[in-house]
Formats: sequence, structure tokens, C-alpha cells
Amino acid sequence: MSTGGEGGLKVPPELRRIAWLWLVLSVVATPLVVIFVGPLLPPGSASDAAHGQQQDNTVMVAIVVPIMIGLLLYFINALIMFRGKDEADALTDGPAIRGQTRVMVLWIATTFVIVLLLAAWGAYELFPGEEGAGGGLGSAPISVALPANASSALPVQVIGQQWTWTYRYPTFGGVETTELVLPVGQEVRFSVTSIDVIHSFWAVHLAVKADAVPGNANVAFVKPVREESSTVRCAELCGLWHGHMTSRLRVVSPAAFRAWIAHEREKWAPIQHYLPAYKPTYAPEPTYRAE
Amino acid sequence: MSARRLGALLAAVLVVGGGVAIGLYVALFLEASPPPVQAAVIGRRVAALELQTVAEVGHGENSFWVSYYARTPGHKWVHSTILRVPAYSLVHVTVYQYDSATGLRNPLWGQPRGVVGGVMYVNGKPVKVLNPELASHTFAIPELGVSVPLPGVDEEAPNQCSNAPCTLAEAHNTITFTFRTRGPGKYRWQCFVPCAAGFIFGFGGPMQSIGYMDGELEVQSS
Repeated sequence: MSTGGEGGLKVPPELRRIAWLWLVLSVVATPLVVIFVGPLLPPGSASDAAHGQQQDNTVMVAIVVPIMIGLLLYFINALIMFRGKDEADALTDGPAIRGQTRVMVLWIATTFVIVLLLAAWGAYELFPGEEGAGGGLGSAPISVALPANASSALPVQVIGQQWTWTYRYPTFGGVETTELVLPVGQEVRFSVTSIDVIHSFWAVHLAVKADAVPGNANVAFVKPVREESSTVRCAELCGLWHGHMTSRLRVVSPAAFRAWIAHEREKWAPIQHYLPAYKPTYAPEPTYRAE
Repeated sequence: MSARRLGALLAAVLVVGGGVAIGLYVALFLEASPPPVQAAVIGRRVAALELQTVAEVGHGENSFWVSYYARTPGHKWVHSTILRVPAYSLVHVTVYQYDSATGLRNPLWGQPRGVVGGVMYVNGKPVKVLNPELASHTFAIPELGVSVPLPGVDEEAPNQCSNAPCTLAEAHNTITFTFRTRGPGKYRWQCFVPCAAGFIFGFGGPMQSIGYMDGELEVQSS
């Protein structure tokens, strides 16, 4: 690059070509990536929270695409333009660029604006709002963090233990199940807890991730919008079989859900009267027996 | 050779030797695994497993740890929880339970599930649900949906076993049940009772160790 001394910046012709190429490629590639790659980005769109997270990921990818194109173009240009003709050239560094205040200000301002915009966007999107952000809200979420229909949400208690998940449905007699089944289109209020160590409830496709802490009920909301099967995982290293701590998650029609819950109540009827009365945190008495 | 060069050589030898020693330790640790125990094949797509649970091994490095043992087709008790069974088969399991009750942390596991008929037999009697307070251990294969609570022996029972493997002459309960295997693969199995006496809340030591209260079911093509 010609520095042009203190007087100003002379942009060499190859950089002008790169700039034009970058502009054209960015204008073409960014919408293509948004349209065709965006819908494939995780965590999918199986719930309102998942859809929101996918949109966030799409926005970030859209910002990254022009940056990546710029980097790749300059990298390729550097490989071609600055290629050493012999060994001595290859070991020689170019002259330092000094005194280009405008370039430095432009560079710093651009990156500052990008980072600031991402921070603002992230802060805005992290706030649960009406759709919920998919994260745990703590045991007593503030009212402004609740989704619009929180009061009519289906309560489901998520119980983590080494190394499996179980689920209680307090509005269906407190039945406890080994599979998580949810009705599509219904707002769900998870109350996530643990009866031994810290786990993390991660319903990957629903984009819900909430820590499961003994003695604490971590509340998370989600509304599944599509019938599908997926897997619940533990996202907190929790011991020997942490990697195997999974359970099945099914989102089904409301009619199928009613049939399933009726079947589960019948199936688990023999043990039902041994289960403790439902509480947001699950601490069967005596709390610990093998001290 | 100058003293400086000798010092450098010595340091290099120590570094390389230390690295090799650490590598060997890690490799041996990762390789250490109890020997697999083959289930006895007793018919076409039918196998039998015999296990026992003991309150403490009674000898060796972790002598006070609670543990499972498995019996080979040659009727030898082996300190192992690596069990080999045939795929797509019925597996009849007999557990000789020598430990006393600890109680289930989650009472749900008091109901046998994933077993043929939804029933287990305790000393020959069918049981569809066990008072969770009476459970000593469970035999659970979560990926197969199998979970069977094992009732503990009376703490006051005479002739308690204190050195594994235990014998039928010592106080025990005999639990039998049958489950069905799926395709070939490795399935982990575990105990859901926090039974690790001497560890915080009963969750450490043997509860976190293959060869004690955790194991692998190696399902093989028949």
C-alpha cells in the first residue's frame, strides 16, 4: 500500500478492485446466506424461543458474511501481490505504515460500531419479552420478564438427577414421567430443579436451557410451535455418565397429549402415593439418607 | 562434557522421563476396566445373568465401597460390572441382594419398569411396586427404559455378609426379573440409590465408578 506520507492516503488500484469486488460479493452473498442458510441455523424453529434465537444467529451471520468476504479477498490479494520472488524477498517485511490517522479512525470506529451494535442487539434479545428467550429466569421471575400468557401456561417440573431426567405434571395429579411430552401451541412453564448435584436442562430444539440447582426452582417459559421429537440433554458436567444424561422430548397435538398423560397416570399409579406432594423444588424426605 | 551441558542433558532426561511417566499413567488409567462377564446363553435369544450387591467389598483398594459382582457362566463371581448379553434377546436376571436399605432419593424408581410383565420377583413373590424407603439399590439401564429397585435385607438379620463375594448362606434377598435387549451397542447401567456410604450425600466413590455401582451392558450380535 502506498502511504502517501502525511499528506493523505493513496489507495493503490488493486485495493480499489478489491473494494469493488467486496462490495459486489457482499451485496450478493449476504441476502443469499440470510435466505438459504438462515433457516438451517440452530436451534431451528420448533418453538417461539428457538425461532427468536435462530433470527439472532441469522443477524450475526449476516454481519459476519461481509467481514469474512473482506478478509478472504485481502488474504488472497496478499498471497498474490506480496509473494516473494526469492528467499530473500520472502523474509523481508514491508515498510511500516505510519501517520494514517484517517485509516486508524475509520478502522477503530467501524469495529467499535459493529461491537456496540451487537452488544445492544444481544442485550435487547436476551430480555425475555413476550416470547421468552429460552433461558432460566430464576425462581421468582420479575413480571416484565414473563410472557403474555404466563398465567395460563402448562406447569411442568423438570427434575435432574445423576443421570436422568424426570418430569412432574402438577395439574395432572402430580404424575411423574420419564419422558417429556408437551402439547403443541401451548405455553409451558418449566420449573427446573435437581435432587443431587447441579445439572442443566437443555431442550436443544426448543432452545430452552436452564440450570437445575438443588433446592431451587429455575423457571423457564417456552411455546412449542411444531410437532416433533427431539432429545433433552444435560449441559452441566455432572459426573460419570453426564454425556449419557438424556431423555426423549415429544411435542404432540393436544389430543395426543391428553391421551398420553392419561396413559402415564395409569402406568405410574402403583408408585403415585409414594411420591411427595408437589412443590416447586423437589426434595423428598428425608433429604439425604446416605450421609 | 561441561557442567552446563551435563545439567541441560539431565534436565532434558527428567522432562522426557516425566512426560513418559505421566503418559503411561494416563494410558493405564484409561485402559483400566473390569473384565467383561458373559451372560449364560440358555436358549435361542434367551440369556441369564447372575449378579450380587454387597455392602462393602471387604478387601482391596476400596474395601469399604458398596459394589455389584457378576457371575460367569462357569459359576465364578467376578468383581465386574461389564456385562455381555446377546442382542434382541430376553435376559433373565437374578440379583442376590446382600446390602441393607438406604432408600431412594427419587421415589419414582420404586416401581419396576422396562421389565417383562412390569413385575419383579422378590424371594419368589411378584412385586409391582416397592416402598422406596426399602430400596437398597436399583439395577437401571436408562436407555432401555429398565429400572428395578432392589429391596435391602433387614439390618438386624443374622449372618450378614461382610466380605465379597457373598454366599447364599448369608442374609440376602433374591430378586429376579426379565428384560429385553435391543440392537448391538454399549448401554450404561447404574444404581439410582445414593448408596455410597462415607461420601457427601452418598453420591461419590462407588456411585461414580465403573466396576462398583455403574457398569456397561455390552449388547452383542448373537
